[in-house]
Amino acid sequence: MAKPLHEPGVMVDGFRLEQLVHRGGMAMLWRVTRPDLPGPVLMKVPRIGEGADPAAIVSFEMEQMIMPKLSGIHVPKFVAAGDFSAQPYLAMEEIEGATLLPRLSQLPLPYAEVAEIGVKLATALDDLHRQHVVHLDIKPSNIMFRPSGEAVLLDFGLSHHDQLPDLMQEEFRLPFGTAPYMSPEQLRGIRNDPRSDIFALGVLLYFFSTGVRPFGEGERLATMRRRLWRDPVPPRALRADYPQWLQEIVLRCLEIEPAWRYPTAAQLAFDLSHPDQVKLTGRAGKLKKDPFTTVLRRRFNTDLTQGRAKPGSAAPLSSAPIVAVAIDLNQGSAALTEALRLTAERILATVPSARLACLNVLKQGRISLDSVLDEQGHNKKIDRLVGLRHWAEPLKLDEDRLTVHVLEAVDPASALLEFVQNNRVDHILIGARHDSLMRTLLGSVSAKIAAEAPCTVTVVRPPRTHA
Amino acid sequence: MRRWGKAVLIAFFSDIHANRQAFEACLEHARAQGSQRYVFLGDYVGYGADPDWVLTTVIDMVGQGALAVLGNHDNAINVPGETMNSEAQVAIEWTRGQLGPEQRRFLADLPLTLNDESRLYVHAEASKPKSWIYVKSTVEAATSLSVTPAHITFCGHIHTPALYSLSITAKMTAFTPVSGAAVPMLPGRRWLAVLGSVGQPRDGNPAAAYALLDTDKKEITYCRVPYDVDAAAASIRKAGLPPWLADRLHTGK
Repeated sequence: MAKPLHEPGVMVDGFRLEQLVHRGGMAMLWRVTRPDLPGPVLMKVPRIGEGADPAAIVSFEMEQMIMPKLSGIHVPKFVAAGDFSAQPYLAMEEIEGATLLPRLSQLPLPYAEVAEIGVKLATALDDLHRQHVVHLDIKPSNIMFRPSGEAVLLDFGLSHHDQLPDLMQEEFRLPFGTAPYMSPEQLRGIRNDPRSDIFALGVLLYFFSTGVRPFGEGERLATMRRRLWRDPVPPRALRADYPQWLQEIVLRCLEIEPAWRYPTAAQLAFDLSHPDQVKLTGRAGKLKKDPFTTVLRRRFNTDLTQGRAKPGSAAPLSSAPIVAVAIDLNQGSAALTEALRLTAERILATVPSARLACLNVLKQGRISLDSVLDEQGHNKKIDRLVGLRHWAEPLKLDEDRLTVHVLEAVDPASALLEFVQNNRVDHILIGARHDSLMRTLLGSVSAKIAAEAPCTVTVVRPPRTHA
Repeated sequence: MRRWGKAVLIAFFSDIHANRQAFEACLEHARAQGSQRYVFLGDYVGYGADPDWVLTTVIDMVGQGALAVLGNHDNAINVPGETMNSEAQVAIEWTRGQLGPEQRRFLADLPLTLNDESRLYVHAEASKPKSWIYVKSTVEAATSLSVTPAHITFCGHIHTPALYSLSITAKMTAFTPVSGAAVPMLPGRRWLAVLGSVGQPRDGNPAAAYALLDTDKKEITYCRVPYDVDAAAASIRKAGLPPWLADRLHTGK
């Protein structure tokens, strides 16, 4: 095996080592340059000398497999890799700035800031999950932010990729991860459930909003295993002013059973971005931990506490999409409104975890800002919200599957596109404007949506009348 | 999928079993990906109704540089009395009557194993290649890898695709490959690639199975290719072979 690298100036596979940035237990990070690259990149070099933990090698192999497969703004861009036959390394984009780790001295953070961090992280996780990867080590030191604001997830050494062999699965009998953030199922050896990352994010949100870690810091297995049956102290018991909506979200992320958490990170991001729309359940107002009887039932429920379950139990992400429907309450014909409802009904019947966002655009004048009150003094926005709820009522959706939104905008198509983009909507239903004169004058909103939306678009028309 | 430049792309086919439609579809798919070399892992005949066409094609390709090893069904053509289940036996006896002396000689001359650079090709488990042992789990995979220093062993026989790897700490991992997703063959470990069957898949997916190895990027891609199952099944029925051999093609079981 090659000699370990030590000094600035040493060349590795065409890269020149410039500066040792970090020396960790499993790897060193060097800032390196290569003539054909515009700026420095980061080189991760595993520590695999004598007596090194074999886990470090396997974890590095895993990261070498996964990183070249990843793309997008929420991961460092992969540059190059070197294997164990010479000098193993991974070269990647260096993200400017600090991780979330230094923020720990400032906890607890204001609730709004915690929610904002949560939205960014959930958005990044959703992007990662859509690329077939479960991170499995979400914690402050693995999170950075681009100058433009987006969260970047680091370190895929413990991750699982759905389409690649899981080298960590058989290698070690003990669960790998970071004790305070590890999900109950991870403790049981399950490595393929994206909702494990939602749990870790829940721990982070709890910690950042209360200053207290929900399951402590204990790294002994016995201490860690308590989370298989013992729920955390509700945040409202720690901070009297803790918002109910935030407690609802955080405790849902921390549910022991993955099935009771958010089905996708996109749905979590959605709730964090719309606090006023969060459906409050028994979680929201809790001031005490679950009663002892509940804990005992969990403690002796072997489903929850047994060892490794079979892999392949995770539901695919596509089973919990966010569906949006744009409804024109004013000029829309009754037949079109009905056709939209029928289409929505069919989609929601086939995907029970889907949630529906009903959208209406309240047009603003280009020059003066319209008054939100009309001549009769009604609040137009409230009227529209009521109208949307009325439209959705026949769908008989549980409240946690339905939200209504009135978007105030000059240009309806742009407002709808922005909503679709920001809320990771998977599918939007929109009615075709039936009045051809209006369409000629104003342009077709549905055509613009169909052309530009980053998701599936269904343009709905009323049933044909007999010719 | 991208066109492959200078890299050498090798296509691997196993267990074609005289299924012309499936083999043609896989060959066409592999060529469209830019495959430059071909390796056949045995069982060209048995079960299917087109042994003549399949063998003629394989012999032709071997003449142009393709590599081929012996499978148990191929062996049974020239060695009567090999134990097989009754349907396989019926199919082999029917097949024997379909083949000419040149084709039978080709089968008789096939090697049990072949080494090619850092790769080993064999039909079944490699420690006793003539015992035709199925690689069903990490147990057989470990035995198979124990007899060769090859970086990657390729085999077939079981008709269910799988990918095993052995770490430097001697731990085995098993993986069910996802069609079309390239897997890096990390040089620090040793690998056993078990191919699915071209002509008679048994993993519940009726699409024909084969694999591509990119020797430059060191990545393997398992591929599934849809083909005209109805035509292949009709040929089997028309030939008077056991109808179950036709039926199972529709379910891939």
